[in-house]
Amino acid sequence: MKPSLRTTVTAAILLLSCLAGSVLLLRSIDRQRSGATLDEVLYISSPKLLKHLSLGYDGLLADIYWTRVVQYFGDKLDKGAEHYDLLAPLLEITTTLDPHLLVAYEYGSNFLAANGGQPERAIELVEFGIRNNPSEWRLYYDLGFIYYLEFKDYAKASESFLRGSRVPDAHPFLKVLAAQMAERGGDIQTARLLWTTTFQTTKDRDIRGNAAAHLRALQVDEDITILEKLVAHYRDKTGHLPQSFSDLEAANLMRGTPVDPVGHTYKLMPDGHVQVRVPDDLPFIQKGTPPGYVAPKPKFKPVD
Amino acid sequence: MTAIDILGLEKTYSVGFWRKKPKTALHPLHLRVEEGEIFGFLGPNGAGKTTTLKMLMGLVYPTAGSARILDMEINDPRMKAQIGFLPEQPYFYDYLTAVELLDYYGQLSGVAPKERSRKVREVLERVGLADVIRVQLRKFSKGMLQRVGIAQAILHDPRIVFFDEPMSGLDPMGRREVRDLMEQLKHEGKTVFFSTHILSDAEALCDRVAIIHLGELRSVGAVVDLTSSIEGNVELVWHGNKIPAAMNALGADCHVTGDTVRAVLLEGNQEAALEALRREQLRIISLIPVRTSLEEYFVRKLQPSKAVAGVTR
Amino acid sequence: MNGRIVYIASNTFREAVRDRVLYNLIAFALLMSGAAILVGQISIGIEHLVVVNLGLTAVSLFGVVIAIFIGIGLVSKEIDKRTLYTVLSRPVRRWEFIVGKFFGLAGTLVVNTFFMALGVFAALLYVSHHFHLSDGWVLVALYFIILQFLIITALALLFSSFSSPLLSAVFAFALFVIGTFSEDLRGFAGMTHGLTRWLATGAAYLVPNFSALNVISSVAHEQPVPGQLILSNTAYALVYASMALCGAVLIFERRNLK
Repeated sequence: MKPSLRTTVTAAILLLSCLAGSVLLLRSIDRQRSGATLDEVLYISSPKLLKHLSLGYDGLLADIYWTRVVQYFGDKLDKGAEHYDLLAPLLEITTTLDPHLLVAYEYGSNFLAANGGQPERAIELVEFGIRNNPSEWRLYYDLGFIYYLEFKDYAKASESFLRGSRVPDAHPFLKVLAAQMAERGGDIQTARLLWTTTFQTTKDRDIRGNAAAHLRALQVDEDITILEKLVAHYRDKTGHLPQSFSDLEAANLMRGTPVDPVGHTYKLMPDGHVQVRVPDDLPFIQKGTPPGYVAPKPKFKPVD
Repeated sequence: MTAIDILGLEKTYSVGFWRKKPKTALHPLHLRVEEGEIFGFLGPNGAGKTTTLKMLMGLVYPTAGSARILDMEINDPRMKAQIGFLPEQPYFYDYLTAVELLDYYGQLSGVAPKERSRKVREVLERVGLADVIRVQLRKFSKGMLQRVGIAQAILHDPRIVFFDEPMSGLDPMGRREVRDLMEQLKHEGKTVFFSTHILSDAEALCDRVAIIHLGELRSVGAVVDLTSSIEGNVELVWHGNKIPAAMNALGADCHVTGDTVRAVLLEGNQEAALEALRREQLRIISLIPVRTSLEEYFVRKLQPSKAVAGVTR
Repeated sequence: MNGRIVYIASNTFREAVRDRVLYNLIAFALLMSGAAILVGQISIGIEHLVVVNLGLTAVSLFGVVIAIFIGIGLVSKEIDKRTLYTVLSRPVRRWEFIVGKFFGLAGTLVVNTFFMALGVFAALLYVSHHFHLSDGWVLVALYFIILQFLIITALALLFSSFSSPLLSAVFAFALFVIGTFSEDLRGFAGMTHGLTRWLATGAAYLVPNFSALNVISSVAHEQPVPGQLILSNTAYALVYASMALCGAVLIFERRNLK
């Protein structure tokens, strides 16, 4: 007079096999549908309508859309994609749902400008963020950065930093950056100041890593400029190009072997140019790459 | 064949949230019921009767022990096709009419489609519900629901019927009809197992009874054997309204009505009682033996100190 | 044996009908006609889109509500009201009871959806004046919605076998919402590490996958649904519902009725 053993065993076996089956089918369905949910983003012609339909749970929905942005971006980046078509619509929806989701502006504008190749939309995004969060100094900083990096529009960059500096509790450096940008936008010193400020003010690992990489690149550019000047000086002095850095040392022009920020020695080429030994380790460098070198797509490197 | 064979059936619940205390609803029960008899399962409320029935129906699983009905397992569908069950205060789907309900139950019990509508009509007539077959059950009175309950229990012509408090909710007419029905079922060769706390019904109907109290079986046997096993009473009636002191000492149950007193006492004390009356010079009207009822047996058998609530004549 | 399942299923259907569940069709009809007329008059070029979106969403939501509200009581109501006593004392196995109840409610929902489908197509005809070939995909969307109902019904029945109606409703509704975002949940699980990853992945695979069954917006834009997906979703819904039913059977088999 116990529960039927036959029923129990049959149901238990059936349950376990259905469980296994459902997992397998799920994986198959996910593969078939990869990206399908995101594609449907294109059908949302009115993010405002979506906000109304979410019945006050727009914050949660915004968070869900933000995780979709991150996943989308990560997937595309891994595959080495050229186009990030859904990035802008996804970000528009995310920020319409929650205009105060600052991370969407900061990261989102970065994704759009640097990888997505849509710096204008990045500007639009950050301006929208500023309209809704006028006292967040970081947003003005991000705006200035985009103008500086993508458009090389030092005037607009300076203006953005200035606007930001007027916000209460703004980082004191914004004023300095505004001034520096206005006077000497194209200088290496300005760039170094910018990246150092970024490195020091952000807590995010990826952003710090990126700033560190840029600082290293600046160092390389500076080093190579100096080294090539020394080579020219040597040629002027001796009438021929040096064979190696020891020649320069012998001529009392330098001491020791020059080493790049990641620890490799620089290479002195026969034509007098200086190159880095492993270009892939030093993204963002403007000088010192061999001719015909194509840099890989920028990735974030962990902080060292 | 043994209709019902109960072997050490036991049910214990654990009560309480933190330290689970075991509460025994039914101590190990051993019982046999033969085919063709009307068997009464008697006891006060909370004695364990319904628990036993629920275990026999497979609605509740025992903590220990087992039972067989018609020498088949409790969860055997072939066995269930041959039994009928009327629960205490039955509930049915109230959105169905009586006909629809019985037709549905007939389907589930495997009554052949060709015979179903005929059998449903017949059984509804038999329980006196022929006029209301198209009324939804939600409109039925308690007594009418009880009749529906009986109908669904016998619809498929089972060999054994189990009734839990079949008289509850019925007026005296109804109770009479149910008693007659149970006699008829016996004549048809069926076995009737019913639980009740109304002892007069059991006395009138049963071949054998079992008495259960606080989850324990107290006695089993034919009614006649049980009642004759205890000392009988006599009824003594005398003139006047005086009750000699000795009467109370003899444990007599005395009632004064007008100018007569009626006392019931043990047969063995009748001589002492008569002596007491003569001493007081009270005129005796009658002295007759009172047939020992099952109730008497019941009250004597179950310890007086424990609650015997719910026992009625 | 199979006969008893059919009998139980049809009685469950009868109970739903007499519980006036089909009256929801009146509300649905009002909604659809109102929307169709309104949109037809405004004529802003997206009538077809609105009718499909609104119609299918309403079918889905109405159906889920019915599935949950009736499903949570399928077993618990019978135990509470003790109507089970006279049913289980008959030659009905406990698992047949569960399966019969499932098919009864599922059948009710299919019938309900059928009438709603008529309403949706009537509204489509009204605003577009004739059918397009692509309207066939609306049928696929409706089919997927029915698959959703099978899953929700099985889950509600599972909860009903051991939990009170209120808790069952909360669980079932919660699973419906989470299941709608199950693809996101799996993606999210993939981004975590260690123990969290194990737990999150486990949860993400256990939760019913309603994201793949919701093709309403793509069908509204007249996008086709791949045949492979139809097959996979069908298999998934059947497997998942069976899983929930097995759970219900296992639990109910062991219950002591009060």
